[in-house]
Parts: sequence; structure tokens; C-alpha cells
Amino acid sequence: MVESAQYLVYLLSAALFVWGLRRLGSPATARSGNALAALAMLLAVVVTLLDRGIVSWTGIAGGLLAGAIIGALLARTVKMTAMPELVGVFNGLGGGASALVASAEFFRTFQFTWEIEMIGESALLVAARAMGGGPGLGAPGAASVALGVLVGTVTLSGSFIAFGKLKGFLPGRPVVWPLQKTLNLILFLSAVGISAVLAAGAGGVIDLGAPTVLLAALAGIALLLGIFLVLPIGGADMPVVISLLNSYSGLAASAAGFVVGNPLLIIAGALVGASGLILTQLMCRAMNRSLANVAFGAFGGTGVQAGADTGDRPVRRTTPEEAALLLAYAQSVIIVPGYGLAVAQAQHEVRKLMDLLQARDVQVRFAIHPVAGRMPGHMNVLLAEADIPYDLLVDMDDANPEFPRTDVVVVVGANDVVNPVARDPGSPIAGMPILDVDRARSVVVIKRSLSPGFAGIDNPLFYNENTFMLFMDAKEAVSSLAREVKEA
Amino acid sequence: MGEWMLGLYVFVLAMLVGFEVITKVPPTLHTPLMSGANAISGITLLGALVVAGSGSGRLAVGLAIGAVVLATVNVVGGFLVTDRMLRMFRKRD
Repeated sequence: MVESAQYLVYLLSAALFVWGLRRLGSPATARSGNALAALAMLLAVVVTLLDRGIVSWTGIAGGLLAGAIIGALLARTVKMTAMPELVGVFNGLGGGASALVASAEFFRTFQFTWEIEMIGESALLVAARAMGGGPGLGAPGAASVALGVLVGTVTLSGSFIAFGKLKGFLPGRPVVWPLQKTLNLILFLSAVGISAVLAAGAGGVIDLGAPTVLLAALAGIALLLGIFLVLPIGGADMPVVISLLNSYSGLAASAAGFVVGNPLLIIAGALVGASGLILTQLMCRAMNRSLANVAFGAFGGTGVQAGADTGDRPVRRTTPEEAALLLAYAQSVIIVPGYGLAVAQAQHEVRKLMDLLQARDVQVRFAIHPVAGRMPGHMNVLLAEADIPYDLLVDMDDANPEFPRTDVVVVVGANDVVNPVARDPGSPIAGMPILDVDRARSVVVIKRSLSPGFAGIDNPLFYNENTFMLFMDAKEAVSSLAREVKEA
Repeated sequence: MGEWMLGLYVFVLAMLVGFEVITKVPPTLHTPLMSGANAISGITLLGALVVAGSGSGRLAVGLAIGAVVLATVNVVGGFLVTDRMLRMFRKRD
């Protein structure tokens, strides 16, 4: 009776999660969608706390309080540029929590079956009821434990390596060493082997001598695997890694749901798993790479010089005064922000420039490439923070048909995503979807120098006759452009 | 049909619902979507609470209390930071 009520509330929570995610699909309703999901979580936690199986409160209260304080502090103090790092850390913690839940339940039930055996066959049912559980985990349960520990721990260690790469205390370039793939394969196969032994032991097929050692070994292998899988991936590929780890954190929660027999964990985990997979796929498509290529390609920032032969072709330099005139007397302007803009913290200057141009009746929009930031949609958040309305932010697919009709495109701190060489089938970035800025009437590129981007290839856009190069720091350039537009 | 099989049905169907709902989210909202989804993955907190409160076995309870802390950071931090981001999204006046 009480239990059915509990599971009905879980069902309500599951429905609210789906509804909340649906409302996250439009900027107008997104905030309420997030609030709905938070409400669903609160309901589920309260109902769980009413469970009769919970007899000891000190640890729970302390844990909840500590977690809530740390979480709130992190959420309030993080800078928007550091959002990929924070989401990475949260992914890792979620995965770690699921791994801990799976192993804790394993030890609880293992000890539990052991106690039943001591009591003897006849007392089995009575004892099982008194303890409020079933007789042991069984083989599928132990397999779920293994899966939860494996996926959760890989998420934990992988996320912290990604965090280190984003933060800069680990090298952003791909770290490679000999026999990398062989070693990973050996680690993975050992993890599968240990999982099989655990499942066979819990199913009563073999005698499980030291389950603690086995589980610790599994966690250790998973920890190494997470580190080894992310270290070889370059900094520019972090949007893919963060998305994939996001998916893993959900799948780990699902696995924990199988372990503790809670359908809400299975559902919520699957929703997150699906969300992360979709984002992973979108990011891969935006870089024209397969997931396998990201994981094993060790691409990005290796400094290979290849692609279009631009030789000693001249570039057209421009000054802020000249470029400002171009902007001030244009009818339509599209600004293409790249990560360089965020690094230079120039979002607010860009907004000022937008305001001044709008005051002169110039139509201003922003074209955003899917991998413009360090995680999916990151650039949109950075521009929203600078109070730039979201309806002026145009996705790549909608922006591309607009460029030929656009008077001036301003590229700030972006390179590979506007490199027309991607249309050349022979180039190393062939097929990568780009913003077709070279088709606009004129292009102003703000860049410190002619240095190549992450892909390490030269950009023929810079040598086009309708391209004007403004060799300056992004923030300085945009604020002088704004100053000159004001005077124009 | 056993409990495990039923769980598998629920899992696969929930994945399909997830694909269906999330495909419609526009790129502008991908970061809040990810951090909101991330907060939802803290649902593992429920499992942590049950084991941590069960009072059975020092090792199990210790691990579970650790899980309560990690999952709560994930849940509270995740929802708050998502809200902070979404508050900044505004339409043209």
C-alpha cells in the first residue's frame, strides 16, 4: 500500500522529467522546464526519505547538507566561460555517485545473503522479510553492479581529465604513447572478465572468494580506462568528450537503477543517456568526424601544415576607422563569434557595437557554428550573458543562405569554422560544415595574426579580395570599432 | 517476464522518449539542456539515500553516504546553474 504510493510518485516524477525536458526545448519555456525537473527531483527525494527501510538519519542529513552547500556555491560562483569545466565536474560526480551506489548495494546484499546462509535454509524467507530485501542480487544484479561501477568510474576519471584539459593544468594537445589502443583493449577485456566472474559468483555458479578485491580491481581498471580514453583527445574535441561523458553519467544512473530495482533511476538515466548521445552525434557531425575518429584519431593541435597553397599571396589589412565605416553604412551585418571572442572576454564590447549599429538602423545578427564554444551551445550562453537577445542568434543552417545577401560579416576569433577549404574534397577538413562567410559582400576578420587554427591548416578566406584583415586583439578591436562607429 | 526484463523494456522505451524529446531542442539551448540533463542524472541520489539509511554494514553505508554527497552536489548545483543560465536568455525588446 505505502509502497504503491511511493512508486506512483516516482511515476509522476518520471512524467515531470519528460515534460520538463520538453519545455527546455524553447527559450520562452526553458526556465519553467528546468523548474519542473527540479520539482520532480524534490518529490522523488522526499518520497524516498519516507521509505520505511531508512532507519539511520545522521549520515543522510550530513551528506545532503554538505552536497547542497557545495553544489549551490559552485553554481553561484562559476563564470560562464568555465561552464564546460563545471558541467564536466558534475558529469564526473554523477558517474562517481552511481558507481558508489552500485558497489554499496553490492556489499549490502552480499553481506545479506551471507547472513541468510548462517541462519539456515528454513529461516530464509523470514530473515529476508525482516531485512526488507530479496535473497541476494543474483547474476543479472551483479552484472548491473559491474556495469554501474565500470561506466560510473570511467565517467568520473574521464571527466576529471577533461576538466584538467579545459582548465589548462593538463596539456590540451593529444597525449599519445605506444601501444595505447592495445593497452586500452586489455584493460577493457579485464573489466569484462571481472564482471563475468562477479555475475557467475552472484548467480551461484562459482564460489566468490573475495568480492571486495574483485570490485576494487574493477573500479581501478575503470579509473585507468577513463584517464587513458580522454588523455589522447585534443582540446578542440572537448565538446564531443563532454557530451559523451554526459551520456555516460545518465547510463551509469540507469545501471544503478537496475541494481537497486528503482524504475525512476532507469528512466531518468535513460533520458540523460539519450540526450548526451544526441549532442555527441551533433558535435561529431559539426566537426565532420566519426566518434571513433575523435576517440582514436589523436587529432587537433598537432600543428600539421597542409591544405590550400596560399603561398605569399597578399592580404588586405584594414584599420578600425575603415572597418567601422564599412559597418556604419551597411544595411545588414552578421557577426561570427568564435572561441577567441570568449577568451578575450569581448562579449560585452560586441554587444555595445551591436547597440550602436542598431541605433543606425543596421540589421545585426550573430551566426553561430555548433562548435564555436567548448561545449554544445556554449557561445549562445556567453552572448546571452552579455544581454544579446537569443532571437538574433542564428544557427549555421539558417545563417548560410543569408551570407550572400549580407553586406558585412565580422569574424571575431574564429578560424576553422569559416575556412572555405572545407569545401575542397582534398583538404584535411574536407566536408566539415562551415559558415559560408566568404560569400558575403565583404568580410572583416579580427585576428591577432595569420596563424592557423586548431586544425593547423591555412585559411584562404584571409586572402580573398573581399576580406579585410584587422590584426588586433579581439576585445581591443571590437571596442575601437564601436568607438569609430559612434563617430561615423 | 522477470523484473530484469521489465527493467530493460522501461530503459529502452525511456531512451526512445529521450531521443524524441531532445532532438527538438534548438542549438541555442544545448548548454542549459546538458546541464539540466546532468542534474537529472543525479537521480542516483535515491539509490544512495536508501542504502545510506539502511543501517546495514559499515562499508555499504560509508560508500552510500559518499554517493549522497556527490549526487547532491550534482543535483543542487546542476539545477541552480541551469536556472542561472536560462535567466540570462531574453528576447529582443
